[in-house]
Amino acid sequence: MSELLTDREIDRSHMEVSDEVVIEITGMNKWFGTFHVLRDINLTVFRGERIVVCGPSGAGKSMLIRCINALEEHQKGQIVVEGTILSSDLKNIDKIRSEVGMCFQHFNLFPHLTILENCTLAPIWVRRVPLKEAQETAMHFLEKVKIPDQAQKYPGQLSGGQQQRVAIARSLCMRPRIMLFDEPTSALDPEMIKEVLDTMIELAEEGMTMLCVTHEMGFARQVANRVIFMAEGQVVEQNEPEAFFDNPQSDRTKLFLSQILGH
Amino acid sequence: MAGTSFVRKELMGQTPPPMTSAGIIGWLRQNLFGSWMNSVLTILSVGFIAIILWEVLPWIVRSSWTASSLRECREAIDLAWGDHVDGACWAVIRERYLQLIYGFYPSEQYWRANLAFILLLVSLAPILFPALPRQMLWFSAAFPFLCFWLLWGGTLWLPIVAALGFAVGYLAFIAANRAAGQLAGAIAALLAPVVWWIWLAAPVSRGLDSVIGIGIEPVESAKFGGFMLSVTIGITGIALSLPIGILLALGRQSGLVILKSLCVGFIEFIRGVPLITLLFVASTLLNIFMPPGTNFDIILRVVIMVTLFSSAYMAEVIRGGLAALPKGQFEAADSLGLDYWKRQRLVIMPQALKISIPAIVGNFIGLFKDTTLVSIIGLLDPIGLTNNIRADVNWNGIVWELYGFIALLFFIFCFSMSRYSMYLERKLNTDHR
Ligand SMILES: Nc1ncnc2c1ncn2[C@@H]1O[C@H](COP(=O)(O)OP(=O)(O)O)[C@@H](O)[C@H]1O
Ligand SMILES: [Mg+2]
Repeated sequence: MSELLTDREIDRSHMEVSDEVVIEITGMNKWFGTFHVLRDINLTVFRGERIVVCGPSGAGKSMLIRCINALEEHQKGQIVVEGTILSSDLKNIDKIRSEVGMCFQHFNLFPHLTILENCTLAPIWVRRVPLKEAQETAMHFLEKVKIPDQAQKYPGQLSGGQQQRVAIARSLCMRPRIMLFDEPTSALDPEMIKEVLDTMIELAEEGMTMLCVTHEMGFARQVANRVIFMAEGQVVEQNEPEAFFDNPQSDRTKLFLSQILGH
Repeated sequence: MAGTSFVRKELMGQTPPPMTSAGIIGWLRQNLFGSWMNSVLTILSVGFIAIILWEVLPWIVRSSWTASSLRECREAIDLAWGDHVDGACWAVIRERYLQLIYGFYPSEQYWRANLAFILLLVSLAPILFPALPRQMLWFSAAFPFLCFWLLWGGTLWLPIVAALGFAVGYLAFIAANRAAGQLAGAIAALLAPVVWWIWLAAPVSRGLDSVIGIGIEPVESAKFGGFMLSVTIGITGIALSLPIGILLALGRQSGLVILKSLCVGFIEFIRGVPLITLLFVASTLLNIFMPPGTNFDIILRVVIMVTLFSSAYMAEVIRGGLAALPKGQFEAADSLGLDYWKRQRLVIMPQALKISIPAIVGNFIGLFKDTTLVSIIGLLDPIGLTNNIRADVNWNGIVWELYGFIALLFFIFCFSMSRYSMYLERKLNTDHR
C-alpha cells in the first residue's frame, strides 16, 4: 500500500469543516436475523468532513454507509441526514437519497444506457430537469472526471477506472451534498486506482462532505480529516489521520494497521 | 544467467492468418470436416437430407393445380406423369385458400380484414423498430379498438365507449385516491372499468348509436375462421400476455404477502392446467357463471384464456431475467432516488426483458401455434377447417396438401418472429461491443 498518493500539492483552501451537522447517527443497531451486524453506532458528521472508514472485512463498514441512504434498514436507533429523520416513510427516504450520492465497489453503471444517459437518467426522472440542461450538466461532470469523449459509449466499452469515474459523475449530476464511497478502488487494477483517487481528491478540494470506506491509507493520510476504525460491527477507534496512523490506541487497530501497511 | 535474457528490438506487425483457417476451404475444414467424427456426421446428414428431398420434391412438383376434386387430381397426375405416380393435389389449396385465410368471413367484406392486417403492421412498426417516430405509438394505442371495429363491424360507438373504459378507470382512481387513499384508488382503478365494460358499455353505445348512427355491417364471431382467427387470437394474446406477465413477475417478487401469494397461486395454478382444459372451460363452463342473458363472445373468451395461460409462463420467464440481474443494479437505481416504478421501467425491465428475449419470443411462438388448439372446441381455425374441407365429398381423403399449406403459413409467421428476436438481441447487445 503506497503511502504517498499524489505528487501534486493538495489545495486545502476550500476544505473547511464547518460546525453544521449533516449526518447524526445515534445508538444505531442492525441485525441480520440474530446476527448483530452493527452495534450501537454513534457518529456525527459535519459539513465539509472527509471521513475514511476502515477495518477488516466483515466489520460492517458497508452496512454503516448503506444504512445512511437506506439501502439497508436499521432496526434500532436514529439516523438524521440533512435534518431529515430516516424512517420507513418513503418520502423521507427519497428526500435523503436525493441529497446523498453513492459510489459502489463494482460501479453499478447501467449497462443498457450510454455513459451520457447513465448521467442524465436520474436528473431527468427524479429532479425533472429538462433533457438539454441535464445533458449539459452531465457533460460538465464528465469533463470534470476527464472522460467527456466517452459520453456516447456504453459502460462495457470502458475500463474499470473510467467506469468508476463515470459512476462518480453520475452521482454528482444529482448535485448531492454528501458523497458515500464503498471501496471505490478495490475492484480496480493498480494503475487505475490513482485516476479514481485523483477524482476523489478533487471532490474533496471543492469542499464535498465525504464518507469513504477504503483501504487506501495514502488517501486517508492526505485527504481525510478523520479516520474511523471499525471491527465486529462497532466503532473501535476514531482519530485524526496523523494520530490514527502514528499512534494507534487499541490493539485491534495496531494489528489491522500492521497487516495493511505491511510492517 | 545472462544467456537466457531476451529483448525484442522491433515489435511484430500483424500478418494474415494461414490459408487453411480462412476462406471457404478453411470454413469447410473447421465446421464440417474438423474431425473424424465430424466428417462422418456431415456425410450422414447430407445423405439424409438428400433422401428426403428425393422423396418429397417429386411429390411437390408432379402435382395438379387445376382439378375440382381429389379424383380428378389423381387422374390428371396419372395422365401427365404416368400411372401410379404419387403427386400433390394443390388444386384443393387453389380452391380453398380464401377459406383457409378468412374462414367464413363474408367475401365482400374481405377488405376489412385486409385493411386490419395492414394497419396491424403499421401499428407494430413503431414498437418493433424504435428508430421510427414515437408519435406513431398513438396509432398503436388506438389500433386495438379500430381493429375490433373493422373485424366485427357494428356501431363505431362501441370501440369508442370501450376505450373510454380506461378514462373511467383513471377518473375512478383519482376520485377514490382523494377520498380513501392509494389502495382504494388502485382497487377502484381496477373495478370501475370492468363494471363499465361488462354492464354499461353496450347500453351506452347503443344509446349513442340511436342518436348518431355510424357503423358498418356487423360480422358475427361464428363467421370468423382460418388464419384470420389464428392471427386475431395469437396477436391479442401476445400483446396482452407480456404486460400481464411483467406485472405477475413483479407481484411475485413483491414484499406484500397477499399480493405475492395471489400471483404465485395464479401462476402455479395456470401452469398446472393444460391449455385444452382452459379452452373447454371457456367454451362451456364460463357461460354458467355469467349473468343469464349476457352473451359473452366465444372468441373473447378464448382470447382471455389463451392470454391468461401465456402470461403465467411469461411471468416465469421474466422472473428468470430479473433473477439474472446483479443486485447492484437495484441498489444503484435506489441510491439515485428512482422510485419503484421508475426503477423498474428505466433500469430493471429493459435489462431483464433483454436477457429474456429468446424465451419471451419462444413463448410468443408457442402461443401462436397453440391457437390451433381452438379447433378442438369447434372454432374454425385452419386446422378446424381441414376437417370441414374433408367433409366435402370432392376432397374426402386429402391430408398432406392442407397440412403442408397450413404449416407453411405458420412457419412464415413463427420464423419472422424468431428472426426479429435475433435482430433485437444483436441490436440491444451493449455489453461487449
Ligand atoms: N444479507 C446479509 N445477510 C446476512 N448477513 C450479512 C448480509 N450482508 C452482510 N452480512 C454480514 O454482515 C457483516 C458486515 O458486512 P459488511 O458491512 O459488508 O462488511 P464490510 O465491513 O466488509 O463491508 C458481515 O459479517 C456479513 O457477513
Ligand atoms: Mg464492504
